[in-house]
Amino acid sequence: MYNFEFERPGSVAEAVAALASEGAQALGGGQTLIPTLKQRLAAPEKLVSLGGIAEMKGVCVNDDGSVSVGGGTPHAEVARAAAAHYPALAALAGGIGDPAVRNRGTIGGSLANNDPSACYPAAALGSGATIVTDRREIAADDYFQGLFTTALEEGEIITGVRFPVPEAANYQKFVQPASRFALVGVFVAKYADGVRVAVTGASEDGVFRWSEAEAALNQSFTPAALTDLAVDPDGMIGDLHGSKPYRAHLVNVMTRRAVQAAS
Amino acid sequence: MPKDSGIGASSKRREDVRFLTGAGNYTDDINIHGQAYVHFLRSDVAHGRIVSIDTAAASAMPGVVRIFTGADFEGVGGLPCGWQVTDRHGQPMAEPGHPVLAQGKVRHVGDPIAAVVADTAEQARDAAEAIGVEIEELPAVVDMKAALAGDAARVHDDLPSNLCYDWGFVEENKAAVDAAFDTAAHVTTLELVNNRLVANPMEPRVAIGDYARATGESTLYTTSQNPHVIRLLMGAFVLGIPEHKLRVVAPDVGGGFGSKIFHYAEEAFCTFAAKAINRPVKWTSSRSEAFMSDAHGRDHVTRIELALDADNNFTAIRTETLANMGAYLSTFAPSVPTWLHGTLMAGNYKTPLIYVNVKAVFTNTVPVDAYRGAGRPEATFQLERVIDKAARELGVDPIALRRQNFVTEFPYQTPVAVVYDTGDYNATMDKLEEIADIAGFAARRAASEAKGKLRGLGVNCYIEACGIAPSNLVGQLGARAGLYDAATVRVNATGSISVMVGAHSHGQGHETAFPQVVAEMLGIDESMIEIVHGDSSKIPFGMGTYGSRSLAVCGSAMVRATEKIINKAKKIAAHLMEASEADIELKGGQFTVAGTDKSVAWGDVTLAAYVPHNYPLEDIEPGLEETAFYDPSNFTYPAGAYACEVEVDPETGKVTVERFSAADDFGNIVNPMIVSGQVHGGLGQGIGQALLENCAYDPETGQLLSASYMDYAMPRADDVPFYAVDHSCATPCTHNPLGVKGCGEAGAIGSPPAVVNAVIDALQSGGKTVAHIDMPVSPSRVWAAMNG
Repeated sequence: MYNFEFERPGSVAEAVAALASEGAQALGGGQTLIPTLKQRLAAPEKLVSLGGIAEMKGVCVNDDGSVSVGGGTPHAEVARAAAAHYPALAALAGGIGDPAVRNRGTIGGSLANNDPSACYPAAALGSGATIVTDRREIAADDYFQGLFTTALEEGEIITGVRFPVPEAANYQKFVQPASRFALVGVFVAKYADGVRVAVTGASEDGVFRWSEAEAALNQSFTPAALTDLAVDPDGMIGDLHGSKPYRAHLVNVMTRRAVQAAS
Repeated sequence: MPKDSGIGASSKRREDVRFLTGAGNYTDDINIHGQAYVHFLRSDVAHGRIVSIDTAAASAMPGVVRIFTGADFEGVGGLPCGWQVTDRHGQPMAEPGHPVLAQGKVRHVGDPIAAVVADTAEQARDAAEAIGVEIEELPAVVDMKAALAGDAARVHDDLPSNLCYDWGFVEENKAAVDAAFDTAAHVTTLELVNNRLVANPMEPRVAIGDYARATGESTLYTTSQNPHVIRLLMGAFVLGIPEHKLRVVAPDVGGGFGSKIFHYAEEAFCTFAAKAINRPVKWTSSRSEAFMSDAHGRDHVTRIELALDADNNFTAIRTETLANMGAYLSTFAPSVPTWLHGTLMAGNYKTPLIYVNVKAVFTNTVPVDAYRGAGRPEATFQLERVIDKAARELGVDPIALRRQNFVTEFPYQTPVAVVYDTGDYNATMDKLEEIADIAGFAARRAASEAKGKLRGLGVNCYIEACGIAPSNLVGQLGARAGLYDAATVRVNATGSISVMVGAHSHGQGHETAFPQVVAEMLGIDESMIEIVHGDSSKIPFGMGTYGSRSLAVCGSAMVRATEKIINKAKKIAAHLMEASEADIELKGGQFTVAGTDKSVAWGDVTLAAYVPHNYPLEDIEPGLEETAFYDPSNFTYPAGAYACEVEVDPETGKVTVERFSAADDFGNIVNPMIVSGQVHGGLGQGIGQALLENCAYDPETGQLLSASYMDYAMPRADDVPFYAVDHSCATPCTHNPLGVKGCGEAGAIGSPPAVVNAVIDALQSGGKTVAHIDMPVSPSRVWAAMNG
């Protein structure tokens, strides 16, 4: 790890100010950034920890019934506090990594990093969530822009995420055996105005919506509705742990299982 | 009624108190006043010519003491290979040099180019980044078949090709084996890969070199399974330090699995550099470094053929294997695919004719050497897989086919040199059928199918040659060292005992089990006995721990030394009781005169030995300390039968191990709890190899693809089931005093074929006939096989 300066502001406003300086980088739970620093693959001049900002922590239910999660909320807290309000979201959070990861890693950190195999992007995109930052609100459909790429601007902080609560939802993850990230993860959510299906782990472009599946499930929210559907193996990730056709196949299997579990 | 002490008791592991409370003393816990730290700049390309190394800027960085390159090691010996294999034509293997720091070329990702010694580890690392290295990249040699092609780039320019040796065994049998195949009623052929593995001990390697200018003594603290072997290799072949000026200490070591047998460049470097700069020099491997500098294991590509007659008797076995040596010959690498592999190809079966061909190949990858089982897992896997395939092809029960061909009379001279002294393979198979509840499998399969899962049962046998080894035999086979072991039993005045042993405990529980043996022999409490190991200045010249040898070889030396102690103690007791030595009996810690009520206690005798006021000084020396060296007359042959039950998710290809049963014959058992633990650990690593672990290189660039735990899948607790293990079928070894065989590697040797056999069986039950799936049997591979 190279030397860096460290700040731990107590408010979003202070964090924004701290991040305005050249070479500053936000630190959430550090589950990706700290290992990267230890391998000397990143050299920020200043780390601005978001861990001391009380206003960015916690889970609450809004008047319209949606669930808001503070950007600095660790996965374990989401798993606990959202269980009664959005069980599928809570279950997804409770299945990330191991207890150490879940007690350090945050939803804001995960969404800002947008790892193509992370779980949270599937929940956010599959729920049609709104990413709330220090300066604006971004619809999930506009937020995810490819591998490790998002709509966030320099120094922009995810202060919270607002999830509309669906009638039914489920997340199915098939784990990569080494990292236990998602080899393929599918989040299915059924809303009054339609079904959303978000797939993580599979695509070379990161999390995506499987629109053919959404259309089929809008007709019939049953696993059988998906039987003849397939995603194109081209564009899927092929690596040590699974070929492109295998990942394409798993997208279908995991989607059917999510629908089965949700209905 | 289980015993509560001595041989056969499950005494609690006394070393665990310090391990589990953080009170262990590992090499990295050692810090010597004034020590400097080294960081190795390692090659990030697989193959290249070093054009230039510019250390000027780095040398001026804060804290830098000195920067070493290959040029500093001109005239210093290279890392030696401890075993010379002779090829089919009577020629010695190709044996390239292995410099401590790269000279001229880099030959694998991770090959050390330069070493920066600085006041702190961070300063050393900072400076290493400032070294300018220009490397002219050369084509990377990765695939073994391609490496042997005539136009392949050469890993070593001074060798005619990338072939290390072309070994045939038994060469004289080749024609007869070929003839047997010509007349066979049935031939089953299987091509398979034994996947490359990274050992991954919990503790990465560490080395500290220290030099005392006043005395000229060098000390190396290192994470080793065999400090005396390191002293021998490094002192004699690399640095030219005589034994009395070189001390090697291997304190608590957090697992080795073979990877800490070998003499590594970092050990030689730290010892060399400490003298050069007159300061202690410490190196602590990161986990990332371990992936690219610890010797890897396995990595064989094999074609095996099994010939059977019309009655399904095995008539011949013929194999062809390519064995990856990596870029350099690690300490014992040449022996693994040959003498530790070919000699086990008979397995548990009376196949009369066997021919094994092995071509060892240099590639631009990390050196490959012994890993838990070392050659024997590779032999077992191919043999037990081809037998299973033959049973399927012939439509016969795989257990019955095995039983029909079992060796049943002992001693048994195999056609591959070794002689099995004892065994009862039907007994372990009977026990396996019982503990695995094979009779209940059909019902369990039905239950799985009701859940939409396929269930498979895989069975295999294994045999291994352990207790390595008779020195005169291994010497003929190419070993450049003796493989005896040694123990010194030092009885103190009050009767407590220190036993100095050549074996090294790094997870095996010697500190608990060895005292059980001595306590049993003397009839005293285990707590009176302490084991001393790991420091060449304290222990006799024994060869360390690997190949499941510690109890069979070093334990036998300890028994012999204890026998000497008893003989002398009886003389003293006879004197004290004014009786004839021949009438003295030792029982329960008391010396008695047979047929009388006269007795003296153990402590009275030991005190007399050190306070010899009333003592036969004219006949025997005072004191009570004896040393014995033990060189076995044969290997030991642990054997057993294993069964695995898996469920396969037909939609995803995911395999889960539902049940695993192991019936082992380890001969006599000293501590059943420790033996079970050793089997559990071995099974975890075997299941890991079968389902998860895969050390993969990019075939074009030679980059290590599985270079961290993000991509290298280690088995976790929830990847393995609760095991059913049994070691009650004991046929004691006939040639060592304890009748023990060794248990450290069995689990890793015996389990991979059971897992793969079970997966193949599961797929068959789902209507999919698949001949083979290479390990690791990942979900992706299973799915591909099912849909291929």
